[in-house]
Amino acid sequence: MDLPENAKEGMDGVEDDGVGWESGRRGTKEFFLALLHSKTFVAGAIILVFWIVDAIFWPLIVPQDPEAITPEITLRAPSWAHLFGTDDLGRDVLSRTLAGAASTLTVAPAATCLGVIGGVLVGLFVGYYRGIADDIVMRIVDSLLAFPLIIIAVLVMSILGPSVANVILVIGIVFTPYVARTVRAAVLVEREREYVAAARLLGNSGLYIMFVEILPNISAPIAVEITIRLGYAIFTAATLSFLALGIQQPSPDWGLTISLGRAFLQIAPWEVLFPAAALATLIVAVNLVADGLRQVLEE
Amino acid sequence: MSTPTPIIGGSDRQALAIQGLSVSYLRRGKSLKVLNDVSFSIKPGEAYGLVGESGCGKTTVAMAVMRYLAPNARVDAGHILFQELDLLAASPEQLRKLRGDRMAMVYQDPGSSLNPSLTVGRQITEVYRFHRGFSKPEATEAAATMLETTQISDPARILRRYPHELSGGQQQRVMFAMALATNPDLLVLDEPTTGLDTTVEAEVLDLVSQLRTKFNASILFISHNLGIVARMCERVGVLYAGRLVEEGPSRDLFSHPKHPYTLGLLRCVPRPGMRKNSRPLDSIPGSLPPLGFEAQGCVYAVRCPIARPRCRQEVPPSLPAGDQRNSRCFYHDGVSQIPANTSAAATTSGETHQRTLLHIENLNKSYGGRDYQVAAVTDVSIELGAGEVLGLVGESGSGKSTLAKCIVGLVEISQGKIRFDGANLAEPADWREMDLRRKMQMVFQNPDTALNPSHSVRRILRRAAKLLSKGQTAAEIEGRISSLAAAVRLRPQHLDLRPTALSGGLKQRVAIARAFAGSPALVLCDEPTSALDVSVQAAILNLLADLQASQYVAYLFISHDLGVVSYLADRIAVMYLGQVIEIGPAADVFHPPHHPYTEALLSAMPTVEGSDETERIRLTGPLPNPSNMPSGCRFHTRCPRFLGEVCRLREPPWQQSGEGHLYRCHIPPEELSRIQPGRQAKS
Repeated sequence: MDLPENAKEGMDGVEDDGVGWESGRRGTKEFFLALLHSKTFVAGAIILVFWIVDAIFWPLIVPQDPEAITPEITLRAPSWAHLFGTDDLGRDVLSRTLAGAASTLTVAPAATCLGVIGGVLVGLFVGYYRGIADDIVMRIVDSLLAFPLIIIAVLVMSILGPSVANVILVIGIVFTPYVARTVRAAVLVEREREYVAAARLLGNSGLYIMFVEILPNISAPIAVEITIRLGYAIFTAATLSFLALGIQQPSPDWGLTISLGRAFLQIAPWEVLFPAAALATLIVAVNLVADGLRQVLEE
Repeated sequence: MSTPTPIIGGSDRQALAIQGLSVSYLRRGKSLKVLNDVSFSIKPGEAYGLVGESGCGKTTVAMAVMRYLAPNARVDAGHILFQELDLLAASPEQLRKLRGDRMAMVYQDPGSSLNPSLTVGRQITEVYRFHRGFSKPEATEAAATMLETTQISDPARILRRYPHELSGGQQQRVMFAMALATNPDLLVLDEPTTGLDTTVEAEVLDLVSQLRTKFNASILFISHNLGIVARMCERVGVLYAGRLVEEGPSRDLFSHPKHPYTLGLLRCVPRPGMRKNSRPLDSIPGSLPPLGFEAQGCVYAVRCPIARPRCRQEVPPSLPAGDQRNSRCFYHDGVSQIPANTSAAATTSGETHQRTLLHIENLNKSYGGRDYQVAAVTDVSIELGAGEVLGLVGESGSGKSTLAKCIVGLVEISQGKIRFDGANLAEPADWREMDLRRKMQMVFQNPDTALNPSHSVRRILRRAAKLLSKGQTAAEIEGRISSLAAAVRLRPQHLDLRPTALSGGLKQRVAIARAFAGSPALVLCDEPTSALDVSVQAAILNLLADLQASQYVAYLFISHDLGVVSYLADRIAVMYLGQVIEIGPAADVFHPPHHPYTEALLSAMPTVEGSDETERIRLTGPLPNPSNMPSGCRFHTRCPRFLGEVCRLREPPWQQSGEGHLYRCHIPPEELSRIQPGRQAKS
């Protein structure tokens, strides 16, 4: 029962200094340093941080109340008083653009979270257990992927009715198959590694192996997937608002503002231009972060 | 640092001269020195071997010679003179003309060095058309002739094939054909047989020897295998951590090493005849220095048994050490007096294994669906006694790993019975009783993937100890972790590291500790040392022998390395194409009369001293496709002792030769002992 206590130390090739080996994996500190060296990531992160700060603190930054209607100054071109001009109800476009980040940056991350959680669960289960469940689920996933994302979203939204919660739910559901496929692919690689076989031989439960053994080792593809999905979520949320299926008036939401301002595009292009530009910078920023992250993780 | 004076005038006598070559790699902003002042030269027509363990810089030398260094590599100093031209200063145009024409290279993995989307013929003829300006039909004819020279059967047919349609041995022959197409002056062989099975490796090495007599190329032969280099090369250089520590004529160097590292390497390789109960293997203490390690003194001083204070302060220059010999050791005269490891052997508590622990009866495992079946394991019946070590030998595709996986339950068996300690093992691993799991564990081949890279060593061992011991308190489990770590000689500071921060040998120690967490009765070892360097392998084998003796545990020890198996195993089973074709006590299996396949395996094994072996038994032809098994005796397509119709038509019977020694062949033992010469005569 008892093992020999270090019987003949020193005689038997003890590898005393295996520490400090050139390892394939970096420490957390090195990982963040590498991220900071990536120009793509830093550029994206700066813009993203700006919008996040703005989304939280907009009531402190906006020059005017974004919902204050002033009929005397409708559709004014940009000026020193209104840097981005005013809209058809005389509201300050700058204030509305700054305030509009809040709804986008609530809906998109929440929807992404939902989609990633659902996708990770599905991907882990079917990837680890395989078998008939894998076949069925993956065929369903394939057929869902065959439809353009927005069509499914529009369909479900028109059934559920427009509300912020429903937008989150719908985008989350629509994203689940995409995330599930990525996670499954990563799990298929990991499950063949010998540490999984060793864990099975020790009698670990399937749940333990999936969540404690495998999940930490597929965090890299999941992290990349999260950033990519976030970009799509912003875009999809804006599209749903634009189609009047998402957030409703009088919210300063960008998609909604673009949709409403469309009527005055000829005479007051600034009403559409600035929220659209804001939306574009946010999506570009998220994609830059995603690219930077992927490059560093794949290095 | 002493750089030898360049001998540019003398280059007419040297086919290749490397002088004071230093190369470093830039990695994550750091410069890692991988080659440090390496100098050697190769005479025209000479084969020069470069040996060393992983990370010593062997391949970097080859790449520097071909000027194929990675973009992050930098040549810090040195010259590489080839035909009066310094390759390091050559223009891309000059290099392009030289490569493939005057110098050629054969790589480690033939599968990935051939273009998978072009036919073999197209790839060989390209060489003739580009370098020789042949027309298409001329080139095709030349390619066929060259393939014939590399002894490939039916060259015309091979030319039309794609690389994936060829076996590993055939692919490597094609690579040789391409390399030799222009009759180069220098041939660089970088581990040309490492991915191949022993019997195929022997064939390819034979081919190289034959080609040497036909073509007068100088050869730079790079290998980690001392036996191969001893057989193939006239002179040898030993690399350690980027330094050429010793150089000399191969026979002389291997019989009288003048550097402690060479001596250590030679001593730690287990050979047939060495047994675990005679004495432990010699091993080199410590581990290989990390890449780019630069010592103040001699790089080997920390592991050297005869190091003195001077060694830690001064870098030893390349000192003359006898006839054509050089050694980077101040005290090379004392190397021959270094005593061998004389510590007592692990004392086995008697060699009696009366109680049967594992009983396998007619085990079958086949893969595939309804339309096709691939038999991985066919009718295997094996018994294993408590505390016994059964070695399982065979080439890749012989089904030895599948057999192990069937036993532990990672793979479901198709037919047959496995009884373990009285219980019937039918269900897969996930459904087995805790008690069974505790008694049977496994050590895997690749320590890099066998440990979860996200968990610390302590966490890995704690989980194993927790699951394999019933109702222990947290404190008891912590105590168990410490005693496990001590048993496999891990230091306490290793426990809090993640596996990626450990060397290969340390990782395998953790994996062994995990398998022993529940005091097992049987541990299946699936090639536990094949991913490790030889200097580390010896330490792991000693550890396994120690644990086996002290714990009275049985091993099913799988390996393709006969030396390793013979050191550890009490009995040996030889597998071929899913069948056990020979089984018996270790000593009997390695001596005639034995199965012709075992004979071929033994004959194919390159050993440092076995260079004047009398007769070589070689297998011909590729391994048959397991979805279309040969009729009769499965070995008849390659058998060197093929009898005729009877082998082709009838399945061979079990023949008995000595107690407990059985083999499956039509040739009776009396006849076999007459025709098989007594190789490996003494044990």
